[in-house]
Amino acid sequence: MIKTDVLVIGAGPTGLFAVHQLGIIGLKAEIVDNLDKIGGQCIELYPDKPIYDIPAIPECTGEELTNNLIEQLKPFKPNIHLNERVEEVKKDKNFWIIKTNKGKEFQAYNIIIAGGVGSFEPRKFSAKGSEKFEGKELFYSVKNKVIFKNKTVCIFGGGDSALDWAIELSNTSKVILVHRRDDFRGAQVSIDKVKQLEKEGKIQLFTKYQLNSVDGENKLEKISIKHDDGNLKDIKTDYVLGFFGLIMQLGPIANWGLNIDKKTIPVNTENFETNEKGIFAIGDLCSYPGKLKLILSGFHEGALAARGCFKLARPDETLRFEFTTTSKNVLNRLGKK
Amino acid sequence: MTKITYIEHNGKPHTIDVENGLSVMEGAVQNNIPGIDADCGGSMACATCHVYIDEKWYEKVKKKEDGEEDMIDMAFEPNRFSRLSCQIMVSEELDGLIVNLPSQQT
Ligand SMILES: Cc1cc2nc3c(=O)[nH]c(=O)nc-3n(C[C@H](O)[C@H](O)[C@H](O)COP(=O)(O)OP(=O)(O)OC[C@H]3O[C@@H](n4cnc5c(N)ncnc54)[C@H](O)[C@@H]3O)c2cc1C
Ligand code: FES
Repeated sequence: MIKTDVLVIGAGPTGLFAVHQLGIIGLKAEIVDNLDKIGGQCIELYPDKPIYDIPAIPECTGEELTNNLIEQLKPFKPNIHLNERVEEVKKDKNFWIIKTNKGKEFQAYNIIIAGGVGSFEPRKFSAKGSEKFEGKELFYSVKNKVIFKNKTVCIFGGGDSALDWAIELSNTSKVILVHRRDDFRGAQVSIDKVKQLEKEGKIQLFTKYQLNSVDGENKLEKISIKHDDGNLKDIKTDYVLGFFGLIMQLGPIANWGLNIDKKTIPVNTENFETNEKGIFAIGDLCSYPGKLKLILSGFHEGALAARGCFKLARPDETLRFEFTTTSKNVLNRLGKK
Repeated sequence: MTKITYIEHNGKPHTIDVENGLSVMEGAVQNNIPGIDADCGGSMACATCHVYIDEKWYEKVKKKEDGEEDMIDMAFEPNRFSRLSCQIMVSEELDGLIVNLPSQQT
């Protein structure tokens, strides 16, 4: 069990800056995020796009913003637990007990949920039967490519992941690539390579097709794909891979007894507390009259939520208002003389 | 104001007046039409504002810009009338527009 003052859910820009604000007032935090990297939407959806409305930063990309936030956090050395989704939140006397899908447990006085529009999860097939085989013969990511050796693998998608895996697996597997239109959106070199492998007979290509059904008793036996014109085609395959990018899903957050309105959590604007004492919500996930889903609003919300956490974490102390420029305490915490 | 009809997947129509200059997505969200999630707030990064444009209207709606078709690849059960409603701006010319909503967005 990891003990801390505040558990922050979400390592997007809002969660990161909240940890900074907690550090400034002397509170310790741990961060959990389901993504494999730090930065939330900025890093997952637009790492290379410039942002122009961060105060005092005329222009920076999603990745640069993330790197700067990480740099700013360094004095506080927070632990960031990636690839883990927070599943369960329970009250235990003065504490919250938080559990992740990997079995990790935290004990904290407060929770700040900076979960954006939800955790990033792979987009799934809608076809009949696809759930039944998920994790057995149908996957949305490749964990162990050895299992595909000398087997038939049917890959769906038109972006870089689909193309890269089609190329890679074509060395040792029979690869069938299916995409809903003729154009692919991956890197041109990969597209050219796939077309060349198709000519050489190493990849079989079906375009303007989508998955229609996945069939088999206990084991996947065949799939059917459907052309734009409605025609169906059966394909015998051992494995199915789908690469349709990630989608944000509120997921477990909906089960923690918090009020939820249109996929957001209503908060008060004094300290961004939810209907549960000690649970705060900030960033894209929170709602209040006038809410703007902007990074700059998330920063403000985090600053106030951090102060809100102080009372429960340090009931016997008084929180003083201090500037980073002039407060000895704060400068100490920042590691400055 | 421009009249737009959003037809839910179960066939239930909602005809509303949408302010010109908003997107078809915003028209739906501001009027609480169920079936459009718009998780990314209109930045063409989520494909959860996916609609099927009525066949008669498809050609009349301003063409897709770069990147929209790529994003539609990610949408739930796209077809050849698929568009992202956050990329369609409402104006007089679209008066009477009909869009069909998919059975789900994710
Ligand atoms: C294309 C695009 C362009 C944008 N441009 C701008 C712009 O120019 N200016 C601007 O201000 N804003 C912009 N935004 C919006 C901005 O990115 C968001 O407002 C911001 O990312 C919200 O930050 P957040 O920290 O609240 O949430 P997010 O960035 O969404 O991060 C939330 C994190 O929480 C994690 N999470 C959720 N639930 C769980 C759970 N149960 N367990 C573990 N982890 C969980 C998620 O995996 C995610 O990493 C843009 C957005 C997009 C998509
Ligand atoms: S609202 Fe996200 S793509 Fe349209």
